[in-house]
Amino acid sequence: MNMKKGDWKNLGWGAALLAFAALLPLTGDGYLISLGVSIAMYVVLATSWALFSGPTHYISLATAAFFGVGTYVMGSGIEYISYWALLPIAGLIGGLIAALVGLATLRLSGVYFVIFTLGLAEMTRQAVTWYQNQTGHKGTYVLTDLTDPDIYWQLLVLAGLVFLLGWAIGRSKLGFALRIIGDDEDVARHVGINTALSKVALFVVSGATAAIVGAMIAPRFIYIEPATAFTPMLSFQVVIMALLGGTGRLWGPLVGVIPFTLLWEAISSSFPNQTTLLLGLSFLAIVYLLPGGFVGLYDRLKGRAARRSAMA
Amino acid sequence: MTAPTVISLRGATKQFGGLVAVDNVSFDVREHQVLGLIGPNGSGKSTTLNLISGALPATDGDITLRGGTITGLPAREIARKGVSRTFQLVRLLPSMNVLENVMAGAVFGHRRRWGASAERHALQVLEKIGMADKAKASVGQLTYIDTKRVELARALSGETEVLLLDEWLAGLNPTELTEGIDLIHQLRDEGRTIILVEHVMDAIRSLCDTCVVMSSGKKIAEGSTDDVLSDPEVIRAYLGDDDA
Repeated sequence: MNMKKGDWKNLGWGAALLAFAALLPLTGDGYLISLGVSIAMYVVLATSWALFSGPTHYISLATAAFFGVGTYVMGSGIEYISYWALLPIAGLIGGLIAALVGLATLRLSGVYFVIFTLGLAEMTRQAVTWYQNQTGHKGTYVLTDLTDPDIYWQLLVLAGLVFLLGWAIGRSKLGFALRIIGDDEDVARHVGINTALSKVALFVVSGATAAIVGAMIAPRFIYIEPATAFTPMLSFQVVIMALLGGTGRLWGPLVGVIPFTLLWEAISSSFPNQTTLLLGLSFLAIVYLLPGGFVGLYDRLKGRAARRSAMA
Repeated sequence: MTAPTVISLRGATKQFGGLVAVDNVSFDVREHQVLGLIGPNGSGKSTTLNLISGALPATDGDITLRGGTITGLPAREIARKGVSRTFQLVRLLPSMNVLENVMAGAVFGHRRRWGASAERHALQVLEKIGMADKAKASVGQLTYIDTKRVELARALSGETEVLLLDEWLAGLNPTELTEGIDLIHQLRDEGRTIILVEHVMDAIRSLCDTCVVMSSGKKIAEGSTDDVLSDPEVIRAYLGDDDA
């Protein structure tokens, strides 16, 4: 792989930003740190979601399913295996489920895929609830000595890895194949692309990542039950944040997550019953005002500036 | 001495429910041959092309590429084996520029290249079809014939063995038509193997060595272009009984 000068610069900027973000726990402010955990979590989820959904335009509502699976892998394994071993195991199981679901459903066209992924999260939740009722468990405790700053740093490392992976995919044949698939799947097939395999590969990446995030967040829940681990709201939030930022660039979801999480936090602390209203309004705003998200807006402004300087 | 057979259809059949769109069609395409697939509207020409490219699976019959069976293979594998096509309605990749559109064929096609080598090759193909100066243009800015050129370049850039052109000349104005025919002539002179579905009679006369004529899904004539076009049955198929 040949690196261009601009690549090194972007890499440097990314590393510097990550290092700066890692300083947050030094403030010692518990509220800020907890907000940081939320933001880091959504950055990882929305960015990995966009790796798949951005180029393919398949809207997946399965984030909660993978996240919940990861949470439960941690919850059921923590008594027997070390925390650090459970993170990759959660990723493997999440990836495996994504591969199976992907192979079964990615031949479906848009709307059917959306409904299926939404159903998947609900089905997994019901299955876990049923299992717990059969065995008499009601919930599971995840007791570790991990603190909020620990979780925050772990999520930052994961975010760094997801960005690196996304950057590498963007420069790879796989990334090019996905852009072609997103533009016209028939053309993709006729130029010789294995469309199913390409889509499944990226779906596995986003599924595995969401499962690892779930496993990382589990110690923070302490007590996990299906309703919190598989909340469908999570899937919708991730979609809205990623679309708000824009999926056209790797950094798009990031610029959607930060304002959205802050706003969500402010609204849920003062008007706890109006959070879904925010979700709805954001969705309307994206559809009507920001069709390409902040990324689209940025590109439009840049294009306008370029035209203006060309005319002058 | 005859050139080796590249594409061969034996009893190719495609049924859509009760409708037999392609009915037991057989013909061979030899290396360096330009074969015209002609016939009235709805006679099954495009469907035949779709069977060859793998866009549709055949209901029955065999299609071979250089002796190897390709019937039932997915489109992507047929493309990799060396059959590439253009579409009846131009299909470009709207989010990419001209060069990237052509690279799509170079990266994933028959002969696969990647990175700088794919880019160089795509540029060469663009140069050959006279569009090197528009390599960085977005496809939305192109004129109609240029969109057709880009699609042709994409099909060529994988160094395909067989080129399938589905009414590539349709919809062009008279000036563009002359340019278009010249371009295909150039490909013909390079010795490419081409199957073209076409309605433009001038193009068929000047480009095709042989023609296969279809009507209502059946092959009704096959032979050298001049012979076929003067065959009373072909004229009847095109114009109806009274004029024959």
